[in-house]
Amino acid sequence: MATVKLTVDGVPVEVEAGSTVLKAAEKAGINIPTLCYLEGIHEVGACRVCVVDVGAKALQAACVAPVAEGMKVLTNTPAVRTARKTTVELILSNHPDNCPSCVRNLNCELQALAESLNIRGNRFEGARNEWTPDVSSHSIVRDPNKCILCRRCVSVCEKVQGVQAIGPINRGFNTVIAPAFGELLADSVCVNCGQCILVCPVGALYEKDGIAKTWAALSDPGKHVVVQTAPAVRVALGETQGGEPGEVVTGQMVAGLRRLGFDGVMDTDFTADLTILEEGTELIERLTKGGVLPMITSCSPGWIKFIEHFYPDLLPNLSTCKSPQQMFGALAKTFYAEKKGIDPASIFSVSIMPCTAKKFECERPEMRDSGYQDVDVVLTTRELGRMMKEAGIVLDKLPEEEYDPPMGLTTGAAVIFGATGGVCEAALRTVYEVVTKEPLKDVNFKFCRGLAGVKEAEVDLKGTKVKVAVSHSLSNARKVLDMVRAGNPNGWAFIEVMCCPGGCIGGGGQPIPTNTAIRQKRIDGTYTADERLAIRKSHENPAITAIYKEFLGQPLGHKSHELLHTKYTPRGRYRIRKEKAAD
Amino acid sequence: MAAKAESATGAKLKLAPGQPLPADLAKEIDVIIARYDGNPSSLINILHEVQKAVGFLPEPVLTHVAEKLGVSVADVHGVVSFYTLFSMKPKGKHRIAACKGTACYVRGAPRVLERIEKELGVKFGDTTEDAQFSLDIVRCLGACGLGPVAMVGDDVHARLKPDRIPAMLKPYR
Repeated sequence: MATVKLTVDGVPVEVEAGSTVLKAAEKAGINIPTLCYLEGIHEVGACRVCVVDVGAKALQAACVAPVAEGMKVLTNTPAVRTARKTTVELILSNHPDNCPSCVRNLNCELQALAESLNIRGNRFEGARNEWTPDVSSHSIVRDPNKCILCRRCVSVCEKVQGVQAIGPINRGFNTVIAPAFGELLADSVCVNCGQCILVCPVGALYEKDGIAKTWAALSDPGKHVVVQTAPAVRVALGETQGGEPGEVVTGQMVAGLRRLGFDGVMDTDFTADLTILEEGTELIERLTKGGVLPMITSCSPGWIKFIEHFYPDLLPNLSTCKSPQQMFGALAKTFYAEKKGIDPASIFSVSIMPCTAKKFECERPEMRDSGYQDVDVVLTTRELGRMMKEAGIVLDKLPEEEYDPPMGLTTGAAVIFGATGGVCEAALRTVYEVVTKEPLKDVNFKFCRGLAGVKEAEVDLKGTKVKVAVSHSLSNARKVLDMVRAGNPNGWAFIEVMCCPGGCIGGGGQPIPTNTAIRQKRIDGTYTADERLAIRKSHENPAITAIYKEFLGQPLGHKSHELLHTKYTPRGRYRIRKEKAAD
Repeated sequence: MAAKAESATGAKLKLAPGQPLPADLAKEIDVIIARYDGNPSSLINILHEVQKAVGFLPEPVLTHVAEKLGVSVADVHGVVSFYTLFSMKPKGKHRIAACKGTACYVRGAPRVLERIEKELGVKFGDTTEDAQFSLDIVRCLGACGLGPVAMVGDDVHARLKPDRIPAMLKPYR
């Protein structure tokens, strides 16, 4: 490996040839501020905040300027400081001044940059854009007035998710990031994954608020408010209060939810276990009775909208199982209502999700099998963090409490739903034992784990060999689906697809920042939580056995079909608005 | 010039957003795309030719091009809205290209442009109701010494003053 020697502010450093000045400075322990830069995803040197003096005629953008032998980089000269400051001042001259009421207040890269560059006052008074915020989507609000046109959202939507719902329109001062033709997000191919929110440096993209409705329900004495918490929330909620990523705060979260006033605090993990029973049985049926293979998981609503838009021909490959959130919703207003003797009309069902796409999912017209809207409001992990802050709840100071029955008992198999590969691993833990009728020697299917884009393996169910694949992020889903379209040459029988990088722990509703290092920590936390649980296989969950005995009958039985399974909508990629109008 | 014939096609086309294209028009566009082997990296060339054939690039045309190339509509619309030589609106019989480059600007182009807008009752970027004139701003026509300059069709009008605009337009009305 060829290396290059240079100095950054006099500090000698040796880096790989072809590295950027930014990387070299990092190695030398010198911080260069960046704004539009997003490692590996958006490296275009557009915002000019990271400019440095490399001895050339003009200042260079450190994030894209390559190192050279003997280069003397200066990151703190009067010219550099002035250039950075002026750039940020110009951005601020067309940016609203309402920081205190912004959703990203105190967690905003522009705000932090202005602070670190010691900007005081507005030097430039000029024209300001006035756009109408797009509130059409159930999941995501887009406020172009706050947008600084860094295009990180555009890059993540295109390169990581392969969706390309948004892009720059017009040029110069009139540029705006929006769906084509300035359409509404709700009328676009946007899959609601919210990865754009995670990478937005400012408050131009954020989730549609569910807090107001939730407070209203909680203060309504006529409502019985139940809440479910997704697997990935427990390893990230702590971050909203300054905790470490991956710290497992399940018990404190349950206690905090009770203090917020929820009448029933239960766990989406319960219906994750139920999903394994339903989906596992469905897989065994498809394998033995000749159904459509490979069967692909259906837990991730961003992924579902993606396949409806881009691969509608492969919809028969999807498992018919609803997501765990929607299974819970349907059961909350049927099974739970019956068991508690509560009128389902008075139940208000809230879910805490790492996800913005879940907000869209709960509004899908088919998600009303209980006779009511099954899930009334979805809150992101971030929103729950905000509610707790508003209520003065400090997780660290709370005791660990247990979930409420009858949908509060959970297994390690359900917890790992939150990480990429988790659903596949959980399914294998059950399918193996159901098919072979033998206990697993080791429940850990380690090939499922980790951040590789597509993971594959062959599992031996005592003679029956089953090939499985696991993918996360929609650009990787594309790779897998293109293979399936091409005749499935690898012979996969079962594929887990998760919409977001890293799985739900990296979902669009998770605390900001969410990056690769933080994703890994949340994944580690997820497997720690799995190991801590006494029961680690879904089919050994006694609450699951009970619900089949008391209410559902059997997996794929009549009642399951009615409440736990669903149908999909082919949407296509072009002329979506027209198709919608034709409905 | 061919521009006149093209504009006539454009003005007649009434395409609502979200609608598929009439079959004959779709076929004409498909022939152009086929000439570039349906290669998405030829997007700009394809758009040029399609604009030449249709007269302008309305949304249904762009959606059709995107679909045939297998690219996102966001990509295609991004390109079309970036380059001023592409237009999503039909062009008039007479295309006015008024220069707002530096030299013309300092010689008084803004007031000239204002007067043109006032005389024709539409803003730059638009086309008159009767489809006779469309107004575009350009950056430099290579006649800086004669500024402010505007072209009406192929005719160059130099050293413009606001008061000379009615006379400039008269022969085309």
